Amino acid sequence: MKILVVEDDMETLEFVKKGFFEEGHSVDSSANGQEGLLMASTSDYDLIVLDRMLPGLDGLSVVRTLRANSSKVPILILSALSEVDQRVEGLEAGCDDYLIKPFAFSELKARCNILMKRPKVSVQITLLETASLKMDLVNRKVTRGETEIDLKPREFRLLEFLLRHAGEVVTRTMLLEHVWDYHFDPQTNVIDVHISRLRNKLDKDFSNQLLETVRGAGYRLSKD
Amino acid sequence: MKTFKKISRTLTFRLTLYFSFFLGVSLSLLALFFYWTSIGLLVRETDAALTAEINSLAEQYNERGLDRLANVIRFRIKQEGNRKTDMVYALANRNGRIVVGNLANWPKFVLDSNGRTEFSHKYQGKLTKTRARVFRLQAGVTLLVGRNIEQIEKLRNTFFSSVYGAIILTVLLAIISAVFLGRKMFARIESFTSVTTSIMEGKLDRRVGETGSLDEFDVLAVHLNSMLDRLENLVSGVRHVSDNIAHDMRTPLTRLRNKIESVARLSEGKIKTDLEECFAEADHILKMFSSLLRIARIESGSYGGSFEPIDLSVVAIDAIELYQGTAEEKDVVIVAEIDTIVACHGDRNLLFQLLANLIDNAVKYTEVGSSVSVVIKKHNEEIFIIVADDGPGVKEEDYQRMLDRFVRLDPSRSLSGSGLGLSLVKAVVELHNGTIAFSDNNPGLRVQIAFPPSTLR
Repeated sequence: MKILVVEDDMETLEFVKKGFFEEGHSVDSSANGQEGLLMASTSDYDLIVLDRMLPGLDGLSVVRTLRANSSKVPILILSALSEVDQRVEGLEAGCDDYLIKPFAFSELKARCNILMKRPKVSVQITLLETASLKMDLVNRKVTRGETEIDLKPREFRLLEFLLRHAGEVVTRTMLLEHVWDYHFDPQTNVIDVHISRLRNKLDKDFSNQLLETVRGAGYRLSKD
Repeated sequence: MKTFKKISRTLTFRLTLYFSFFLGVSLSLLALFFYWTSIGLLVRETDAALTAEINSLAEQYNERGLDRLANVIRFRIKQEGNRKTDMVYALANRNGRIVVGNLANWPKFVLDSNGRTEFSHKYQGKLTKTRARVFRLQAGVTLLVGRNIEQIEKLRNTFFSSVYGAIILTVLLAIISAVFLGRKMFARIESFTSVTTSIMEGKLDRRVGETGSLDEFDVLAVHLNSMLDRLENLVSGVRHVSDNIAHDMRTPLTRLRNKIESVARLSEGKIKTDLEECFAEADHILKMFSSLLRIARIESGSYGGSFEPIDLSVVAIDAIELYQGTAEEKDVVIVAEIDTIVACHGDRNLLFQLLANLIDNAVKYTEVGSSVSVVIKKHNEEIFIIVADDGPGVKEEDYQRMLDRFVRLDPSRSLSGSGLGLSLVKAVVELHNGTIAFSDNNPGLRVQIAFPPSTLR
């Protein structure tokens, strides 16, 4: 995948570039908003990672200009401006995700992977499946192989989110935001408890584990 | 009544009362002096006349005996009848019967140490007052010589009633002025105490109103205000510095964490797990920093969230659902008592955080196999959040300390936590103008949060 990183803090830039490079992506970079906009408009990227406060042109203006030119490229904003209304402002400008500085690379990676795999055209999905797991979104039924798995509503939403991002790491913050729909800091490992209960239901009667914990990052639902 | 109690405790009130008391005492002394020089003089003259009369009668008795005395008295009474002055005579035998005299009956009286007395009796059909001297002549024979003092008595009555009136009026005026002055003073003092109370509650931007009159209180207000300005500057400076530390530490710490993570990715075995533990620890510190910053932002009002109409009962049900699993693992039952719709105006995410922190604590500290109760209700236009557990509870002297940052009462620190949970709760409560109170749940801790009617929508 081809990624553009626009970031004026050299240390962050180097570290993000290195991380993506290790993941096997090709990375272009710029430290200036004006230059970043030029690069984004002239070549085709699969993802743009954009700092919000940039010399030349600020990140949100870059996003607005790109969207005004009907560019559909997924954009993730990096920003130290962390408050809810600032996030909302960012999302309204047309970016697809918003990550607060300082961030762990695993969080950035998880979010970017999801953005890059997002279908370009949205279609109404009624069935989510991996090799062995099937989720019927209409009848709200989950089966693994031949076994039907009985889930509570919240567990259903949790598994739905994991299935939509099967094979990718999802972080605890992402789960809280999308499954529980609250921005908050849990004091304890409250999410782990929900995951282990879900894992219990999914993997109890099977030898191979579908739902794994990724240390320091989050969880991953295996594709097979 | 309560305000009167408050006013009666003011210094001005007491000073005014003391002053009135001394004023009353000097007024009384003055009245006594007037009495002595005016009415007292008349009484003394009467006494002198009586003494002279008694002496002259006694002389008659000594020289010529009882019969002669009786004759003299009869003569005097006759004379009296003509002259229409007011002398009273009575000579009584040993049975107390009047032998000679112009008194119908022997009056009842009590003698003072000088053998004088005053009594009322009927004289020419009218009740009058007489001042008299009584003289014992020989065994059983008593002579009484008196003088009508009706005029003096009238004067005396007028004098006393005006003195009593004056004293009652003085006391009344004293109390009224004490209350009035006390209230005035109280209002001035109240403007100071209300400000200092707010300051103690952490609202450092409150100031005392300056009247510009340059009286003692105004000068005090000016001084107090400039002291508060200085204090506020210092405090905000300190807060700014500590927030900046938390803020500035985050970036290098994140870099450190990310470096460890990237090394961990490349390593294997024991080193890999050790490195993973390292960055998990770094994550924990980062989380504490971000909680600290969050509290600081909420406290300073610059947290950037927004108030919106929400149903608190839905937020509470979501929070309980989130902790249901954690509770069940410990065999703890969460007993919820939640009003159907509790519409309020608040920040949804922060209120969720508040409930989550309280439930988290309650589940953490309650005994295995017991219960945690969560109550959300609307009562008397106030919204209450009550979370109670059956755990070991908290000593009353620790209630306030618990709200401070990094305070953990569990001495062994065996349970996970940052010591910031309740500080965050407090910040959220204060942002919503609520109050937080702790009490004994017998056993366990009961946390009650009350939001004022203004939170209702």
